Amino acid sequence: MAAGVATWLPFARAAAVGWLPLAKKNMPKPPVDKKSRNDEILFVNVSGLRFQTWKNTLDRYPDTLLGSSEKEFFYNEDTQEYFFDRDPEMFRHILNFYRTGKLHYPRQECIQAFDEELAFYGIVPDIIGDCCMEEYRDRKKENQERLAEDTEAEMATDTPLPPESTTRERLWRAFENPHTSTMALVFYYVTGFFIAVSVIANVVETVPCRPIKGSKKDLPCGEKYTVAFFCMDTACVLIFTFEYLMRLFAAPSRCKFMRSVMSVIDVVAIMPYYIGLVMPENEDVSGAFVTLRVFRVFRIFKFSRHSQGLRILGYTLKSCASELGFLLFSLTMAIIIFATVMFYAEKGTKGTNFTSIPASFWYTIVTMTTLGYGDMVPNTIAGKIFGSICSLSGVLVIALPVPVIVSNFSRIYHQNQRADKMRAQQKVRQARIRMAKKGTTNAFLQYKEDGGFQFRDNDSVLCVKNRSAFEHQHHHLLHCLEKTTNHEFTDELTFSEMCMTESLGYRTSRSTSISSQQGLSTSCCPRRAKRRAIRLANSTVSVSRGSVQELDTLQVHKTSIGPQSRSSLNARTEDLKLNCEDRDFTAAIISIPTPPANTPDESLPPSPAIPGILRNSRCSYTHETVKISSL
Amino acid sequence: MGAVVGTLSLQTRQRRPSRATMFGSTNHDRVCDDLELSVVCHRPEALDLLEAQSNFNRKELQVLYRGFKNECPSGVVNEETFKQIYSQFFPHGDASTYAHYLFNAFDSSQSGSMKFEDFITALSILLRGTTTEKLQWTFNLYDINKDGYINKEEMTDIVKAIYDMMGRFTYPALKTDTTKQHVDAFFQKMDKNRDGVVTLDEFILSCQEDENIMRSLQLFENVI
Repeated sequence: MAAGVATWLPFARAAAVGWLPLAKKNMPKPPVDKKSRNDEILFVNVSGLRFQTWKNTLDRYPDTLLGSSEKEFFYNEDTQEYFFDRDPEMFRHILNFYRTGKLHYPRQECIQAFDEELAFYGIVPDIIGDCCMEEYRDRKKENQERLAEDTEAEMATDTPLPPESTTRERLWRAFENPHTSTMALVFYYVTGFFIAVSVIANVVETVPCRPIKGSKKDLPCGEKYTVAFFCMDTACVLIFTFEYLMRLFAAPSRCKFMRSVMSVIDVVAIMPYYIGLVMPENEDVSGAFVTLRVFRVFRIFKFSRHSQGLRILGYTLKSCASELGFLLFSLTMAIIIFATVMFYAEKGTKGTNFTSIPASFWYTIVTMTTLGYGDMVPNTIAGKIFGSICSLSGVLVIALPVPVIVSNFSRIYHQNQRADKMRAQQKVRQARIRMAKKGTTNAFLQYKEDGGFQFRDNDSVLCVKNRSAFEHQHHHLLHCLEKTTNHEFTDELTFSEMCMTESLGYRTSRSTSISSQQGLSTSCCPRRAKRRAIRLANSTVSVSRGSVQELDTLQVHKTSIGPQSRSSLNARTEDLKLNCEDRDFTAAIISIPTPPANTPDESLPPSPAIPGILRNSRCSYTHETVKISSL
Repeated sequence: MGAVVGTLSLQTRQRRPSRATMFGSTNHDRVCDDLELSVVCHRPEALDLLEAQSNFNRKELQVLYRGFKNECPSGVVNEETFKQIYSQFFPHGDASTYAHYLFNAFDSSQSGSMKFEDFITALSILLRGTTTEKLQWTFNLYDINKDGYINKEEMTDIVKAIYDMMGRFTYPALKTDTTKQHVDAFFQKMDKNRDGVVTLDEFILSCQEDENIMRSLQLFENVI
């Protein structure tokens, strides 16, 4: 019910007194309204802009945020007002809805922002007033189309293939999007070249060449150099056949591929050749064969794979099918009418060209399309009058559907432009996302090496950047995840290097002074030590907890592990606490201090190699922090 | 062709082309009339006066007026609007006939439009008036031609209008003579001297005798 009706309800109830004398039964008890009758002014503060309204106004729509008790969540006791941290400009429209009962759509606002605000305040967009409904719907549809295109662009074929794709998938990708690999590009250009060659050959072979010696007649080049043209044709057809078969093989859905327009064009382009091979040199059949050669011109349509404009044109014509149909229909009607009229008008004239109505069709078409060849001309006055009417109406009939087709073409063309822009923007966006992700990972890894918020040393104050509470909590969360899964985060490069070193089996076991019994396996990568970037080590490549051996590849980014560093290591480790006293290894960072008292030591598997993981050392300039955690 | 495109696109942009130039000024006139009507505005009496005339206090009048003004910015309600509003409360059936009678009852000056004062007067009686006043008002409602008597035809009309509001789907189903029975029962009770009409005094007397009616009259006190 509309809001205003609520105002009238007390009135309607009062009028119910008129039923009382007629009532057959007793009236039921009225509902008791517990809440206070007095209307009060509410203050609503939206991002600093203060709105005031009667409580009754908001109560009109009890199933929205402001009309229900949900707004109590936003009540600020200190300032005695409802505070919303939303757009104040939009709120104006929302509040007006309560006041007037009509929701208006502000044209200068973004449709998505508006929708979000409506969703927040619990207002269904269907109640937008008629005045703004059309605009709202149009914008919404436009936006949805754009979003659909975005998702399509995201799934664009530009994205790199997953590494486990089969040859077939890669082949298909190469065909569909030639820019993915050099081979595909080469193939693309080669086919394009051969299409051009084929088309030109078709054209040139009909041009008259100088006649062979002894004969006077001009021969078309095709008949003079039969062998040459035949060879060229064969070559082109071979290439096209090969291409078609490759595409057929690579297509994910062969049936769908065979039904697609492009493949039909391909088939039509190469069939005449094969039919010509098969066909005997029969007089009757060769007439049909000549007709077939016409189909060779369809090879030019193969260019549409290479040209986007052609494809757009094709789409346009397809989407304007109804307009084109209308054009055709109205033209046909007009032609028949005018042809009939002209025929009967010119019937009396001697030697007239208008011998029959179908013969007049030609005149009508030529006149309506304003061609005016002049091969058929009316002689009688009536004929001339009707002829002029015919040409005038021709212009009108043709001019009507054309703008529709033009606007369709323009729309599709712009959509295409937008798709291209979207793709470009997607690339930039992906790059940015990748960078951001890397940044986060790096930040996290640095957080870990800084020891987390628990173990922040005083010395490392220099390294600790100004991190927000959010970041701290986020990092702690990631850390918890690591502990849960018993794996660690690392960055991409390290991971790939890890894979390589794993495969090489390159490991050096190096014992440090951390523990006399414990060996540490490191893979020393001195070159990496030189790198400026914060490279954090260590990812656990394999899963099993038992096989501690496989679990770590430690990269020590120190330039040298000399006695000096050892002592510093020692000094370092003394600062670090041993966090666990029991066998819980998945707890936080455990650092193993001085050798003897090592509870983890006993519980570690007897494998001599790697009881612990030497974690993470950062190539920093002030110190080398080495933390050890044991699994 | 470009010119054609140009003109066509121009036309599509104009959603509402002014027809005044091509087809005469019929459209224009109607718009003028609407403008004139909406310009007519009615302001009610001063708040103090209304407070004195009615049984409402200041605050209640303020609330009532704010609601009224919000719905009818021009200050008057015409019968069509009233019918629409009233029909919204009874979506099952057709409330237009009853709304018509109601409107006539509210519009004491028979001007064809209801102003805020009429609104307040009626509400004052219905919600804060004495039982006699209420019964008087009801009598006025039933007396369609305002001649001081309720005859059977008027009663039948009223009852039929009330049953119309129920709509078709009732339980038990409405029968053809339901209305007639209802009217007969009413007349049995009200028409004391069996002269075929019910006068005001008869009406008030018989209602006062009926305890149920008296009790129900108190029910609607708390509507505002």
